Amino acid sequence: MTRIGEPAVRGWFIVEDGATHLLATRCTACGALWFPPRGGHCRNPRCGATGLTETRLSRRGTVWSYTNACYPPPAPYVAADPYTPITLAAVALPEGLVVLGQTIPGLTVADLRVGMEVELTSGPLADGATVWMWGPPS
Amino acid sequence: MSVVVLGIGMHPWGKWGRPFLDYGLAAAREALADAGVEWPEIQYVVGADTIRNGYPGFVSGAAFAQALGWTGARVASCYAACASGAQALDIARTRILAGLCDLALVVGADSTPKGFFAPVGGERPDDPDWLRFRLLGATNPAYFALYARRRMAVYGDTPADFAAVKVKNARAGALNPLARYRRPVTAAEVLASPMVADPLRLMDICATSDGGAAMVLASERYARRHGAPRPLVRIAAVSTVTPSYPDPVLGLPDFATDALPGATPPRAFRASIAQAAYEEAGLGPGDLSLAEVYDLSTALELDWCEDIGLCPPGEAAKLLRAGDTALGGRVPVNPSGGLASFGEAIPAQALAQVCELARQLRGAAGPRQIEDPRAGLAANQGLFGHGSAIIATV
Repeated sequence: MTRIGEPAVRGWFIVEDGATHLLATRCTACGALWFPPRGGHCRNPRCGATGLTETRLSRRGTVWSYTNACYPPPAPYVAADPYTPITLAAVALPEGLVVLGQTIPGLTVADLRVGMEVELTSGPLADGATVWMWGPPS
Repeated sequence: MSVVVLGIGMHPWGKWGRPFLDYGLAAAREALADAGVEWPEIQYVVGADTIRNGYPGFVSGAAFAQALGWTGARVASCYAACASGAQALDIARTRILAGLCDLALVVGADSTPKGFFAPVGGERPDDPDWLRFRLLGATNPAYFALYARRRMAVYGDTPADFAAVKVKNARAGALNPLARYRRPVTAAEVLASPMVADPLRLMDICATSDGGAAMVLASERYARRHGAPRPLVRIAAVSTVTPSYPDPVLGLPDFATDALPGATPPRAFRASIAQAAYEEAGLGPGDLSLAEVYDLSTALELDWCEDIGLCPPGEAAKLLRAGDTALGGRVPVNPSGGLASFGEAIPAQALAQVCELARQLRGAAGPRQIEDPRAGLAANQGLFGHGSAIIATV
């Protein structure tokens, strides 16, 4: 079990000086970038190099699309009881990736629109484990 | 040389609560009878697997063969998520084309739990399909909703457009005795149904269903010798392509798209699925008389209409409003009623799509019959980059 305040997944994001960063893998040969991080070989089929490095992704991006979950998602998601709909945003980063994440609690679909700027933060799931979350720019 | 669809069979879709083998066997027996072939004559049996029905589901080809009675036939079982049925068909077709057999039976069936599809059981922190639920609560409808919202933002589609897809497909499904939902619906009903994943409502999203579908495939040589009485329905193409790198669209069950600085974005995955089928068949979108596409949501049917080239990107809602994709229109889409009327029985669904193509191409679709059809395309997309498109011609 994950303890309260611990990341729900290891090595995907880091919180430093109050700022949350997504961790991606970058190929030092061709510049290919992917999230979540994974070592081995470059996933660009025309590269395949093994020189990979961990990199922090931009903390700001624009909303590519968004939705919510009006009903509690099934396990292994741990839904709060009583349940409040969670909001999801797919965010386009300057590096060219689109990254999916929950938004901070309280931010609903009514607050979002495609193209608006958001910023990365993190927060707890219902069982206390933390994940990256999108929120308004600080 | 081409492969012929000699017989088709389906168990009606529903929520029957029986073992998946029951549905598969009913479909298989119907396909054999339709083909005028006895089970012991079948040289090769391929099962499209189900992952929610215990061990027999993982080795479904053998499970079906045992239930029909061991004959020593060659066997294969395969899983490719929603594309499993298409993949099973592809395996059988390829073996026939290779000259290794003349007569094959392909079967897919599923018995599904109620509600959202959840990942298969156990704690698997290395499995992205498990992690997307654990970390984000991102269900399948969440991804469908992201695509739908994107259409609204980029093309100006509205929830009323999405509802109109459901109305169209329910009208077709009402005429199909094999469909689970056979009641025509109004746009007002769709727009009043509970919101599930904004902007998609309950009636925008396909249900999970029980069902089974099967077909007997034969070499053309066998079909001619056999004296098939109907127009011969041929499989002109099977495309089972993977995405191209770096795919610009967030796919299920991914957390992110890939990025490659300076890369020209390749053709997006769904469009590449259809393109490969057209190239193999030597046909284009203009040759289609009908299409069955994977309408996991109403909005996704609009994406598919563009992806298979029925209209340029962004114009599918216009096509819908003009009635072009309805029964009686220029190129009916989902004349079976689609997933909107069937609900999804994963390993059976791609086969059911081809059953509808065959029924239409034979001129045997009853009140849903399309006038003088020549070619049909069935397209779908399975999780983790398993695409499929099949073109059948007559």
